[in-house]
Formats: sequence, structure tokens, C-alpha cells
Amino acid sequence: MISIWKKVVMGLTGLFLISFLVVHCGINSLIFLNDGGKTFEAAGHFMGTNPVIRIMEIGLVIGFLIHIIDGFVLWYQNTKARPQKYKAKGGSANSTWYSRSMGLLGTLLLLFLILHTADFWIPNRANQFTTGHELPLFERMKNIFSQPLWVVLYVLGCISLFWHLLHGFRSAFQSLGINHSKYNPIIKIAGTGFAIICPFVFAMMPITMFFGWIK
Amino acid sequence: MSKLDSKIPEGQLDQKWTTYKSKVALVNPANKRSLEIVVVGSGLAGASAAATLAEMGYKVKVFCFQDSPRRAHSIAAQGGINAAKNYQNDGDSIYRLFYDTIKGGDYRAREANVHRLSEVSGNIIDQCVAQGVPLAREYGGMLSNRSFGGTQVQRTFYAAGQTGQQLLLGAYSALERQIGLGTVQMFSRHEMLDVVTIDGKARGIIARDLVTGKLERHFGHAVLLCTGGYGNVFFLSTNAMGSNVTAAWKAHKKGAFFGNPCYTQIHPTCIPVSGDHQSKLTLMSESLRNDGRIWVPKKKEDAEALRTGKKKPNEIIEEDRDYYLERRYPAFGNLVPRDVASRAAKERCDAGFGVNQTGHAVFLDFTFNMKEKYGRTEATKLGIEKPTDDQLKELGQAVVKEKYGNLFDMYAQITGVDPYEQPMMIYPAVHYTMGGLWVDYNLMTTVPGMYALGEANFSDHGANRLGASALMQGLADGYFVIPYTIGAYLSAEVTRMSAEKGKTDSIDKVKTNHPEFEKSEKEVKERIDRLLNIKGTKSVDHFHKQLGHVMWDKCGMARNADGLKKAIEEIRKIRAEFWKDLRVLGSGDELNTELEKAGRVADFLELGELMCIDALHRNESCGGHFREEYQTDEGEAMRDDDNFAYAAAWEYKGEGQFELNKEELKFEAIKIAARSYK
Amino acid sequence: MSAGNMNLTLKVWRQKNTHSEGKLVTYPISGISPDMSFLEMIDVLNEELINKGQEPVAFDHDCREGICGMCSMYINGRAHGPKRAITTCQLHMRSFKDGDTIVIEPWKAKSFPIIKDLVVDRTAFDRIIAKGGYISVNTGSVKDANNIPIPKDKVDEALEAAACIGCGACVATCVNSSAMLFVSAKISQLALLPQGQPERNSRVLSMVEQMDHEGFGNCTNTGACEVECPKEISLENIARMNREFVMASLTKKKKKNTGGGAG
Repeated sequence: MISIWKKVVMGLTGLFLISFLVVHCGINSLIFLNDGGKTFEAAGHFMGTNPVIRIMEIGLVIGFLIHIIDGFVLWYQNTKARPQKYKAKGGSANSTWYSRSMGLLGTLLLLFLILHTADFWIPNRANQFTTGHELPLFERMKNIFSQPLWVVLYVLGCISLFWHLLHGFRSAFQSLGINHSKYNPIIKIAGTGFAIICPFVFAMMPITMFFGWIK
Repeated sequence: MSKLDSKIPEGQLDQKWTTYKSKVALVNPANKRSLEIVVVGSGLAGASAAATLAEMGYKVKVFCFQDSPRRAHSIAAQGGINAAKNYQNDGDSIYRLFYDTIKGGDYRAREANVHRLSEVSGNIIDQCVAQGVPLAREYGGMLSNRSFGGTQVQRTFYAAGQTGQQLLLGAYSALERQIGLGTVQMFSRHEMLDVVTIDGKARGIIARDLVTGKLERHFGHAVLLCTGGYGNVFFLSTNAMGSNVTAAWKAHKKGAFFGNPCYTQIHPTCIPVSGDHQSKLTLMSESLRNDGRIWVPKKKEDAEALRTGKKKPNEIIEEDRDYYLERRYPAFGNLVPRDVASRAAKERCDAGFGVNQTGHAVFLDFTFNMKEKYGRTEATKLGIEKPTDDQLKELGQAVVKEKYGNLFDMYAQITGVDPYEQPMMIYPAVHYTMGGLWVDYNLMTTVPGMYALGEANFSDHGANRLGASALMQGLADGYFVIPYTIGAYLSAEVTRMSAEKGKTDSIDKVKTNHPEFEKSEKEVKERIDRLLNIKGTKSVDHFHKQLGHVMWDKCGMARNADGLKKAIEEIRKIRAEFWKDLRVLGSGDELNTELEKAGRVADFLELGELMCIDALHRNESCGGHFREEYQTDEGEAMRDDDNFAYAAAWEYKGEGQFELNKEELKFEAIKIAARSYK
Repeated sequence: MSAGNMNLTLKVWRQKNTHSEGKLVTYPISGISPDMSFLEMIDVLNEELINKGQEPVAFDHDCREGICGMCSMYINGRAHGPKRAITTCQLHMRSFKDGDTIVIEPWKAKSFPIIKDLVVDRTAFDRIIAKGGYISVNTGSVKDANNIPIPKDKVDEALEAAACIGCGACVATCVNSSAMLFVSAKISQLALLPQGQPERNSRVLSMVEQMDHEGFGNCTNTGACEVECPKEISLENIARMNREFVMASLTKKKKKNTGGGAG
């Protein structure tokens, strides 16, 4: 595939995944209402049973797969483009480490994604498929987030997400050809804001549950 | 009878080119495909000629020593390109550009060539704009112009401070297009080391692949040398490090006469030498003279104080400053032509008024125009009634930054001094060589089938070139002249080819298997081996610097008979020493930059002698050639039109042996007169 | 005043030819003046090496005034050294301190094979330009230069893109060895000018294709190229190229087979 298409696909799927993050983050934030997970589970039930959403979920899985595969292709080809590395490194003077490490951050996120879907999404959908009933997700969260190791892993995942988004959000616009001195500051502020807020909110979930602030 | 036939067409001056074009023999498209042309050099002249000839259907091969044709030194021209468009409605015309160029060249150029140059100047701008060259424009979308030295109209087109770059990239893109189409074969990192002549005609070249060291033979029905000037004979110049005379010199040795070798242009506004380590000099565009005023102190003690750092330039009050160009040349002031400005700077420094540690620098000061011209205008625009000095400076600085920011930055980068706070220090430096291979109206050298274009030839600038005319000439030769004039020769080749059709020993069949190719290749190989086998103790640069010192001291801005005679002796000594004590490490069959330099310096060591011989024989002062014996009481150049109104074309007769041929210059359209800018 | 007083340790990449292994070789050097340019410092090193009977370091350089694009050193991990917006030849030794160690490497990228020491082969750039970095207009067949007015801001923007000197610092510095800044600069220049319109679509398609064919990496928008570019070519150009490419790809019509022999 032509290099620019790879960029554009990366940007488009990236933005699509960002929109998913917004929804995911929004619904999960309902646990902070501290109502024993009632509102959260109601929303979860809607999302888990509504046929339109379920169809869109297939799109989401495809989006993830394309983003991941494209990412690996980029990483593989880009490594090959410089077979012999430099002895002296001065990259920090001209670019951020996380922009140069999207492949690494993406891989960490992929590992986290496997862990995370194994915790919630896969067992839930499996249960739905076999029994027709959803799992009590709020309870499940509380159980999982009572284990210190899991809390640490989730927080690390959120930190990876922060760096990945910090570059990815802005980068997606550049890849799609949106770069204009008038609007760049807005994209920059929005990107940085989103990269901070979204992972922070996510990270607060295991933390608050671990410390029992959410009941 | 003279050996020189300039082949100037009959007729009235302004009709010559038009008549010529409609009468010159053409080559039909089918025949063009069987004609091969070798182009050496990929600067403005080479790239434009190669692209155009390929468009016409010829098979073209292009050679350059750099890694890409885009690197040729035309790229470094900053200021602009002249054209008689009269877009500014300030009275410009083809005649006026022609007149300014002849006068600027101190009446030592051929009228017919210069008029043709002036005629096609407008087409160049059209062509470049069509190619996507982003020449500067006004707010209304029309092309913008600036003024340059030696003229009183605004006819210089420009692209910020990088006009040469943009024009070259335009020609380069036209060339790359043809390479993409397969009509041009490009040989980068190749250096031409000999021209092959067969029965007195140029038939190709021997080139060295600089990466593998392999010698290659390349056949051509015609050979175009577009190899630039030889300013690097001075070691320090504004030329690129690789700029050299080798191609032209090999051609000279194969029978091409060398025209006016002593005419060198010393550019007045360069950054002064900072020490012995200096490898090259950097030009500050002539356009700076639009707004900068040149001065030295009136009092010697002030100059002394400046040199030792006891005084700062700003501490010298207005009354104690000598704006010597404005004083001596009130009509043109700081915008006198380059040779005049350079000599005036040398005169002041020699008299003890130089302002840097070495005593070889004058000030180029923007303070006045920054404050009084731009600062005040800006203040008026903003409605500030009584601006303070600081306000004027701040407002003016912004304007100067917009106009010359990149040049100021470059100056600060190189010298470590902020030119917004301190006046710039400048000194003249070798910049361009008006001399070059002698060519006729067709741009053909005295060897049939061998042409010289651009700075490599001697034709259009006489004894001094005006600013922004080098780009014009390079592109005129390549785009608009050679495509026509080459037909005169190649159509005869077509006739010969058809007469020889079927003959097994015809050159078109034998090509590079001809014994002459073998012989040339052998000679080139022997010379390379010789350079490698001296195994002496001194580097190439050691000899090059020695040569440069002699040339600058004795054949530079001012020359005299005694000095030149001494210089000839000294150059011979350095040359003998070079061939005895040179050290070139490594081998000939790999990338060997020292070997490349050695070959070039060996040729400079021969050329330098010829330059001094030419300068010694020309008992007059004209343009870039200033003989101290021939000056007025006021120190102005004194031409001798009765005895020297000719182009000197030197024929090579063996090492150190040259025979003079003269091409008389007839001035019909212009009345020859003393050249005054007062 | 020629001799300076800086003492430095140079670690220079030495490699005999494309096929041999290269390595960093250490050379102490003394008496360097802060007024020297970086390349003049290398000249001094080479002069010393020659005097000692060792082969000098091969490096590309020509105009030494920052415009030809030939010089190309990777100095202490930075293309063209530590200062912004300049080429190596414009870098002066006053940017270093006495006692510094300086690591000098060639550009390293698959598409820029090393020829010798610090000299690399950048002809891939020429081949990209040959695929469309031009306006197809033959000499002589054009109208007056003022025939089409061009807004000043458009010309200025085109010139900013056209200022590219093709040195390859963008590729050298990019973690992915991507050539997109170089390619986009030419595409932008011609896309901004009215003269460039007729071939606008075909140009971007074929130049990008050739760029990929040469084996340059994919851009991931790190922005390093823009920072290290000696002519400060903007990332906006890459964004423009992305737009141009997508639009051209989406609107490209299938070529009709005209059967040849037309006309």
C-alpha cells in the first residue's frame, strides 16, 4: 500500500478509536455517581443489547484490527528503512520521545487491550452468547480492581494511552492533511486536553475502587 | 589572416539575431535522434541547454562532478537576473540593457553577442515563470523588480536572496523531466578529464567515474562545455570548493583558444577573511548596497583604534566618517559597478583606513537608512509625530529584517557579530571570471563541434560583468542561443553522415573505439598515475594556497608589470614543486577526493601563468583588469582603445607557451567612450 | 590569529566503500579556532592526516555557503549539527566548547547508501524529481511572464517550499527515514502556482509512488524533519501533500485504452 494511504488509514482509524474512547469513558464514568453501579449497568445494558450498537461494535473490532495491523506494517517497514543505526542519538532535540515511540506505546496498549478484554468484554459477550445474560459488570470491576497488581497494570495501560494519544490525536489531523496555522492551536489544545482527561478518568476507576471510594 | 572568425551575421545590429534564426540550417527530427550531444556541467547553462536540446529530439548525455545536477554553483547566486522587460515603465529597453552591459564591460565585449543576450533576456523570465519558478511579485500579482549596480533602471527579477537557486532548480526540473523521459542520460559524480578530438573535431570526452575511479569514453557529435568559471585559481573565492577550470583547460590544450583570461571580477561585498584556516569566502548580496552605506574613518588614528578594538564603529561621529563612494561617484554613489567599488575599497585600505584586525575591511552601514529612510516612513505610517531615536531604530530594523533578514542571519552566523547592532564589515573577493574559452557568435570554440556556454566562455561581459547578468547569460546561452546555433554545425554533420553511410570506418560506427579515444584515455590514465606516484610530502591544499597568494597579491584587484613578471616566475616554481613534492594518498580506483583536487590544482597552476601573461600584455586598465601604471591622477582606470580594443585569444603551444590572437572589437551601435559613473 | 586554542576529540565514521563495514575512529585535534567553520575544522583534520600519511576523511561539500545542499554530516546525533536552520558548512566552531567530544556520522538510510566515510548516495531524490517534480513546458512555447498574475502570498508560500536544498537532512533525522518533507516541498511549490495545475494530480501520484519505490520509510509525524531542515521547510507541506494525494487518488479516472496510433 502507498505510504500516504497507510498514514491516512492510521489517522482515520485513530480518530474512530478516539470516538470510541469518548463513549467508553463517558459510560464508565457513570460509576462515579456512586450509586452502586445502577446507572452504569443500565447504560451498559443498553450498549450491550441494542442491535445498532452491536453492529457498530463489529466496526469497532475491525477498526482496532486495522489500526493494529497498519501500525505493525509501519513499524516493520520503518525499521527496515534504516538497517544501520546511528551511534550517537540526538532525537530529543528535535522531537518528543513518545512521537518516536508510537510503535512501542501501541504494543503496550495492545497487551493491555488483551488483558482488558479478557477481563470484561470477552467473558461478558461469551456469557451473552451462551446464556443470553450479561455479567454483572460493576461487581466484576470491584473484584478485579481489588487486586493491587491489576490496579497497577491498568494504571500503566492508562499512562501508555496518555502518551499514545498525546501524539496520536494531533498526528491524525496532520495525516489527514489538516494543518493550518489558524486552527493548529485548537487541535493542539484539544489533543492535549483529551490525552490528559481520558486516561485520567480511566485510571481513576481502578484506583477509586481499590481504595473503596466507590461502593 | 587571423585564425579567429567570430562569424557575426551581416546586417543591422538589432536585426542580426532575427535574420540569423530564420536562415540558420535546421536538422530534421529523424536526424536529430541519431545525433548525440555531450554536455559537461549542469549549472544554468548546462541544464538549460541539455533540457532544451533533448526536447528538440537530440540524444543528450550530461556530466557533473557533484552528486546531483541540482548542486551546480549557479545555485549560490543571490541577487537576481536582469531582463529588459520594462515592467516598471522606467524607460528600460533592449537597447538600454545592451548599452549598460557594453559600458559595464568597459567596452571589451562583442556587440552582436551582447545585443542578442539583451534580446532574449525577456524570454528567459517568461520561460522560468512557466516552469514554476516563484519569482517575487507585487501585491497586484505582477512581477517585482529591484535595482542593481551600474544601471539606472529597475530590471532585476529576483526570488528573495536565492534567485540563482530558484532558476537553477527550474532548469534542473526541466532536465530531470528529460531524464525521466529517457532523452537525457545523466552522469553525476563524473568528472570530464579530456576532450577527444578526431580530425580536428570534438568527438567526445573521457570522464572519470568519481565513485569507482573508472575511466569512461563517451562519444558525441558535439561537446558543450558549461563548466563555469575559474575563480578558484585564487584559492579563496566565492566559488564553490569544487569549481574548477579542468574541463576548459583540457579543451584549451586540445586547441580551444582561451579568451581574456586576466578579466576577473572582484566582488566588493564579501565577508572579510578571518584567518589562515579560511577555505572560502562568502558573498553578501549586491542588493545590500541599495540600503547600506560604505565608509571608513577619515582619520587614521580612528582606523587604528578600530583595528585594535579600542573604539567601536558607533563611537565614530558622522563628521569623521568618509563615505568614499558617495564622495567620489555622486551620480551612482554606493551603486557603482563592482570593479569600481572593489578598487575604491582597496584604495582606502591600502592607504591605512581599513577597519578590522587585518586592516582589510570597510564598513557597510545600514544605520542611516534603517533609521532615516525606513524608520521615519514607518513612524509616519503609525502617526508617531516626533519619534525617538530608539523608536526609529526599532521600526527601521523590522523593515530591514524583512528585506535582508536571511543575509543578516548568515553574516551573524559566520562572523559571530550582530549586524543589526554593529555595521557589517566587508571586503572585496574573487567572484566571477569574465574570461573563458573564446567562442564565435555560435558559441563554438576554435575546435569545431566544441562549444562553451555560460561563465565558461568569454563572450558577453567584456572586462567586467554587471550584477544579475551572469544568470541571464547562462540561461540565454542554454535555452535560447545554442538550440539554434548548434544546428549550423550539426546540419553539416548530417550531410557528412549520409555521405559516409555504409562505410565501416565512419566515426558514427567506430565511435569510442577510435584510436584517438584510446590515446586520450591512456594520457588521462598516465596523468592520474603520475599524480599518485609523486609520493611527496605536501598536500594539494598546500600548493593551492601558495598559488592563491601569488595570484591575489600580483594578479588580483591591482596589477603591475613587475609584479606580474615575478608572479609568472613564482607560479612556475610552485608548479615544479607540485610535481615533485605532492602527496596524494589512496588509489585511483576508488572515491579519492584528494586525487580530484590534485588534478584540478595542476590545471590551475598552468592557467595562473596564462592569466598573468595576459594581464602583463594588456597595457591598459579596463573593468576588472586594473594596471597600476595606467590610471588617471584621481586613480580611475585608463583604457587604451587605440591599442587594446580587442579580445585576446590565447592559443596553447605547449607548457607555458601561448600565442596571442586578436579579435578586433568593432563598436557600431555604441560610441566608445570613457566609462564614468561620476 | 589563525590558530585557535580549542582541543577536541573527534569520532569520525570511516568506511572504505559501500560494501565494507564502517566504524567510528577517534582523532584528537587541537588548535581549533572558534571562527572556523565545521568543515574548515575537518580540513584541518585532513591536512593532519595527510601529513601523517593516513587517508583523509571523504566528505561531501561544495558551495560552503549553505545553499547547494551537498554537505551532509550527522553531528552528535543531529543532522547538520546542534544549531537550527543551518547546514553543516554554516556551523561554526564557536558552537562547541574546548574539550568537547564530537561524533560525526554520515546520513544513514537504506535509500542513501554510504559510498565512503561520510559520503552518501542521494540520487534517489533526483529519481523522485524525474517522476514529476517539474512543469511540462518546452523551451520557447510560453506566454509573457506577467500574463497570469499570481497573488503575492501564494508566490511567497511557494518560494518557502521551493527553498528546499535537497540535502537529505529530513531523511537522515527522521526515525523512519521518511522522505516526505523533501517530496512534499516540491509538490507544494507546484500545487500552489497556477502553472502547476495541469499536472497537479498526476504529479503527486507518481512522485509518491517513486518515493515508496526508493525504500524510504513512512512518515509518523514526529516533526523532527521540520526542526532539522536547514531551510525550515514546514510540516504544512506534508499535510498539503497528503491532501493532494488523497484527492488525486479518489478522483483518478481509469485510463482509457485509445489503441495508440492517434494523430
